[in-house]
Amino acid sequence: MSCRDCQLCSNKKTLCSGGGGPCEKILLMGNPNVGKSVFFSRLTGVRALSSNYPGTTVGFTEGIMQYGSDEAHLIDVPGAYTLDPTNEAEEIAHRILNEGADKVILVIDATALERNLVMALQVLEHGLPTVIALNMVDEARHRGVLIDIPELERELGVPIVPTVAVTGQGISDLITKLDEARPSHFKPMKKEERWRVIGGIIAKVQKVTHRHHTFMDKIEDISVQPVMGGLLGLLVLAVSFTIIRIVGEGIISYITDPLFEKLWLPVLEKISVATGSGYFHDVLIGKLVGGAIDLEQSLGVLSTGIYVEFGMVLPYIVAFYAVLSYLEDFGYLPRLAVVFDALLHRFGIHGYAIIPTLLGFGCNVPGILGTRVLESERERFIAATLISVGIPCVSIQAMLTATLGRFGMGYVAAVYVTLFFVWLVIGRIMNLTLSGFSPELIVEIPPYRLPSVKAWRAKLWFRIKDFLCEATPLVLGGILLVNLLDTAGLLDGAARLLSPVLEKILGLPSAAAVPIVMGMFRKDIAMGLLIPLNLTAHQMFIAVIVLAMTFPCIATFVVLWKELGWKRMLASSVIMLSAALITGGMLNAIFKML
Amino acid sequence: MNLQQIEDGKFAVIKSIPTGEAGQRLEALGLRAGKEVEKVSGMPFGGPITVMLDGRHFAIAYGVAEEVEVAESAGQGGGPDEL
Repeated sequence: MSCRDCQLCSNKKTLCSGGGGPCEKILLMGNPNVGKSVFFSRLTGVRALSSNYPGTTVGFTEGIMQYGSDEAHLIDVPGAYTLDPTNEAEEIAHRILNEGADKVILVIDATALERNLVMALQVLEHGLPTVIALNMVDEARHRGVLIDIPELERELGVPIVPTVAVTGQGISDLITKLDEARPSHFKPMKKEERWRVIGGIIAKVQKVTHRHHTFMDKIEDISVQPVMGGLLGLLVLAVSFTIIRIVGEGIISYITDPLFEKLWLPVLEKISVATGSGYFHDVLIGKLVGGAIDLEQSLGVLSTGIYVEFGMVLPYIVAFYAVLSYLEDFGYLPRLAVVFDALLHRFGIHGYAIIPTLLGFGCNVPGILGTRVLESERERFIAATLISVGIPCVSIQAMLTATLGRFGMGYVAAVYVTLFFVWLVIGRIMNLTLSGFSPELIVEIPPYRLPSVKAWRAKLWFRIKDFLCEATPLVLGGILLVNLLDTAGLLDGAARLLSPVLEKILGLPSAAAVPIVMGMFRKDIAMGLLIPLNLTAHQMFIAVIVLAMTFPCIATFVVLWKELGWKRMLASSVIMLSAALITGGMLNAIFKML
Repeated sequence: MNLQQIEDGKFAVIKSIPTGEAGQRLEALGLRAGKEVEKVSGMPFGGPITVMLDGRHFAIAYGVAEEVEVAESAGQGGGPDEL
């Protein structure tokens, strides 16, 4: 479903279709890390929505900006270094430009003029009326880079406005200058010619005074040194992880739980009484636990469905995106990727995958959503599959302590060791067998910058809105489906079919079939159901491993579907189920030999 | 000599970059023949190397850095003012 159809957002109808008429279509373009998103939030305020470019996972944001007495439709085009695409985002940038627009706002980083001119010239060659924002002029001055702006204006043939987007300096000038946007004199040229032109322009307009390393440079250098960088990386991860846990749990215990108990539960009780004990009651409210509605165990669409989505997952999503967006804007993420690249490279995913992977330990949902930081589809598939198979989320970790703890903490530790081993093996196998390629790590590491609170807030809001609009209906639909299957008796049927497999391969009693099947959807209940079965330590260990390796919950399943598409989601599920069966079977064989 | 072999803290002028996807990527970032870079660090176990060009840091995968031919240099010029 697309964001436009979403019933939760109120602003979907305010976006104009663009092209002609009073509502102009304006593209905001530039290299990555030039402050484009800061421009966007300053130009549009809160009236914006983000969506994926059709058929891709590359997101772009569109919004309405006030421009004179008119409104214009502003599109934040994905950041690109060149329009000869070297990755998916650049391909999308090229496509959006080719679709045409009334005007282009081109953001250029004054501290790296030469490199920024590559894409700038490519955009100007398209002949659309353009205004250039020469951003970070203050930082350029600090770095000893002086740019002759009138001369650059003459060379490029379009108006140029010096700006400092973080402080808002020059933004109103930029809006005024939009009226003077005009096509440049540049005609399409070949790569070599373009470099010659750029060389000529740089020689005329830019003066650089040599400068020694500053204190900030030294801190930046340390973050990519083997020992100090590694230690700093672990520290940043530990702090981020802690903040996410504290913020997420804080929201749950102080905001969402009280809201659900005081406001939502009474409503549910009224519905429960009104629907009696019929079919609708089972689907909407679910089973009564001890005569009352239990938000975690009733399993109804309105009870557990709504509670898990908004009461348990959403708080973590907010905390996750708050921390991720801050680290992103601060400029730390590329440095962490450098530190972890050597290990993850062997799995066919580059260092960036460390961030979603570690977040999966909190909740697999934001972890899988976080695989968006990876460039190729192959990498996203590998990383998302590895997270859902090998990374136990908080609720799995709590339950494995509950079920295995009484047999000794050695068994609990053995689960982590087994999962880590499985993670290594599956990662390696996927890299060796999957077709397609994973790009090598070649990235700019932006300087550390204190993020603009306004841009950070806007980014956080877009991401949360995106989650609410796109994931929520699917999650609730999934829960509805499970309930329909359950009330139709299909889950029990599946359990009966599966029990011979469980007995032969995994050495589990047939009574364990229902918990295992339920476990595909709801880990916590399934593990709780295992305790009364009086399994041996070895049987419990195998059951827990199998459950830990399959989907943590239906939300993960749905997010995997949403992020990878149903074909890859099925492939991922097949890998997951086979890996769980093979691991469980091998453990059973090993235990028999002991 | 390739970029990976340069000692940390030393400067080098890029002689040639690999062709294909990786080369295109390097070029788009401004890492092309004739530019002088400072090697900042290299991560162990085949991890990426970090270089500095015009005051900006770039991380380059080990395998790609091996394909970037360079010549060691003194590290004084090579800035954008001396093009």
